[in-house]
Amino acid sequence: MERLGEKYQSVEAFGWAARDSSGHLSPFVFSRRETGEEEVRVKVLYCGVCHSDLHCLKNEWHSSIYPLVPGHEIVGEVAEIGRKVSKFSIGDKIGVGCIVDSCRACESCREDQENYCTKSVATYNGVHYDGTVNYGGYSDHIVVDECYAVKIPHTLPLASAAPLLCAGISMYSPMKYFGLAGQGKHIGIVGLGGLGHIGVRFAKAFGSKVTVVSSTAGKSKDALENFGADGFLVSTNEDQMQAAMGTMDGIIDTVSASHPILPLVGLLKPNGKLVLLGATEKPFDLHAFSLILGRKSIAGSAIGGIKETQEMINFAAEHGIKAEIETISMEYVNTAMDRLAKGDVRYRFVIDIANTLAVTRS
Amino acid sequence: MAKSPETEHPNKAFGWAAKDKSGVLSPFHFSRRDNGDNDVTVKILYCGVCHTDLHTIKNDWGFSYYPVVPGHEIVGIATKVGKNVTKFREGDRVGVGVITGSCQSCESCNQDLENYCPQMSFTYNSIGSDGTKTYGGYSESIVVDQRFVLQFPEGLPSDSGAPLLCAGITVYSPMKYYGMTEPGKHLGVAGLGGLGHVAVKIGKAFGLKVTVISSSPSKEDEAINRLGADSFLVSSDSQKMKAAIGTMDYIIDTVSAVHALFPLLGLLKVNGKLVTLGLPEKPLELPIFPLVLGRKMVGGSDIGGMKETQEMLEFCAKHNITADIELIKMDEINTAMERLAKSDVRYRFVIDVANSLSPP
Repeated sequence: MERLGEKYQSVEAFGWAARDSSGHLSPFVFSRRETGEEEVRVKVLYCGVCHSDLHCLKNEWHSSIYPLVPGHEIVGEVAEIGRKVSKFSIGDKIGVGCIVDSCRACESCREDQENYCTKSVATYNGVHYDGTVNYGGYSDHIVVDECYAVKIPHTLPLASAAPLLCAGISMYSPMKYFGLAGQGKHIGIVGLGGLGHIGVRFAKAFGSKVTVVSSTAGKSKDALENFGADGFLVSTNEDQMQAAMGTMDGIIDTVSASHPILPLVGLLKPNGKLVLLGATEKPFDLHAFSLILGRKSIAGSAIGGIKETQEMINFAAEHGIKAEIETISMEYVNTAMDRLAKGDVRYRFVIDIANTLAVTRS
Repeated sequence: MAKSPETEHPNKAFGWAAKDKSGVLSPFHFSRRDNGDNDVTVKILYCGVCHTDLHTIKNDWGFSYYPVVPGHEIVGIATKVGKNVTKFREGDRVGVGVITGSCQSCESCNQDLENYCPQMSFTYNSIGSDGTKTYGGYSESIVVDQRFVLQFPEGLPSDSGAPLLCAGITVYSPMKYYGMTEPGKHLGVAGLGGLGHVAVKIGKAFGLKVTVISSSPSKEDEAINRLGADSFLVSSDSQKMKAAIGTMDYIIDTVSAVHALFPLLGLLKVNGKLVTLGLPEKPLELPIFPLVLGRKMVGGSDIGGMKETQEMLEFCAKHNITADIELIKMDEINTAMERLAKSDVRYRFVIDVANSLSPP
């Protein structure tokens, strides 16, 4: 396969990459472009480990370009700014999420929904408009157009803010769009992982009532005592699921593995909405009756636009919302990936790039 | 000992019923209740043949209680009204649709959404509020609580207006609820049968651009020239389907058999909505990527409440919207069902009950 992005660019960069679909990460010297007029160069401080990183490393979506440097929950410090940059100054703490560019002209882009632009450019494993492959945040620095970065308020601790850039916006956006955010609304959150636990915190901050639906009974204590959920259902417990039927205004389903959705549709009140976030390859079985009797619906959602991401970050700062993280060294990342594959993380790994990446360079 | 259908109620009744899942309909003697204080007795003139009738007589969904007298697109004349009935008088032209009972006190009922009441009962094949089985409109007359009877507007013909009582409300309600009424927006109608052809007419009346998506190329001429659709896509024409990707704001999917959702979802713009109305007996495959990548939605809808059904009838009367029908006699019903199973009808059979149903 043609190795794109090997065209030499002017600034040396260092990170960790996978060379093939084993997904095994190791030190990788590469290069990034010069800082453009409207771009900022960001020294990466922290990068969250998203389940998408794992999917991509293993080429589960059949579109991975190797060498692959993952990472799209990036928090860093502005080290250099292009001469037309107005949003940021050197030293600002900023975040970069899942996309670093888009066409800027289509209806989605014009409505601040760059995430739905069909030509949006992914932070990693995407092809930039100059033809080079993008490398993500498991690296020492990144160059990004100022329009695709967000400011991190100083009240937000940086390491635990990193996961907000993908997990956070992925939960915040559908709660707002589908009218589930607020007093009197009962939201179900399926899956208590990286996305789910942040979702509980956002939903509580919105004033919604929250029930977590999980296959792991052992997470009930965290759900109720640490994250503030009002209820916890074990999805394999038929009695509990039956008792909760017809009680939820909406459900945000974060589970990416294939699973039956009929029981989840049953939890919805009439007019209720099930929002799917997991990028599952295998289609689900849809029982038309389950939607028709009760006028229910199933929708999808994917992250959010940049403007909404900034709004979400500001909201998180105002309400003291952060991710529950396990900070790791760069060297630990392969072990972290193995643990992530087994769901063994409470609840997001965040790589301490600033303090642990450089030492791995031999 | 359980009472027989003939002796269950005080008044003799006659209709046609299916006795088993062969679905073959034949003459059937049963009985109806006395006209209560809140009831209207309707002498049936016409009854539309809905695909649900076919699903039910064949027990496709596994909950048919034979004998089944189908029929829930009923137009007739009120012959008796109970003393509490205020909305109707004897001699009024009235309609009866899909439901004839609900609890009348829950949140759904109080919001005029009797169709979503957990205790809602159907016009046929259901247990009514009095605990007895309901029999539908393939019969001489029916006794219905006034809440579930509709005024048939002047100017709306009884025969071609009858299918509006199910087909009409089934497409009108989700078009209103899911916001598919903004003039200039683009509606796709998948399936051009009883529901689909009415959806085209209602869509045009809302000022929408309408594209029909159908597996039958032979329906194109009528779709455009008679029903008023703006364009027609043959679902197996992959080139044309590809060219139409991302062009529709909404889709009303009326297809009653199992079919692929993936190509239909592709036709939607970002944030687009597909409403599925068909009730196949097996699940559909729901692909997730198109929903996630375009924030698209698949929703369901189930007829409409009584208030909205009345509103729909007034809307159709105002815009001269009726169904395109083939009038049949009662004893032609079995042939009609066979043809319906093959989608061989333009576009709804309606039984001329008053003129062709008579006890042997």
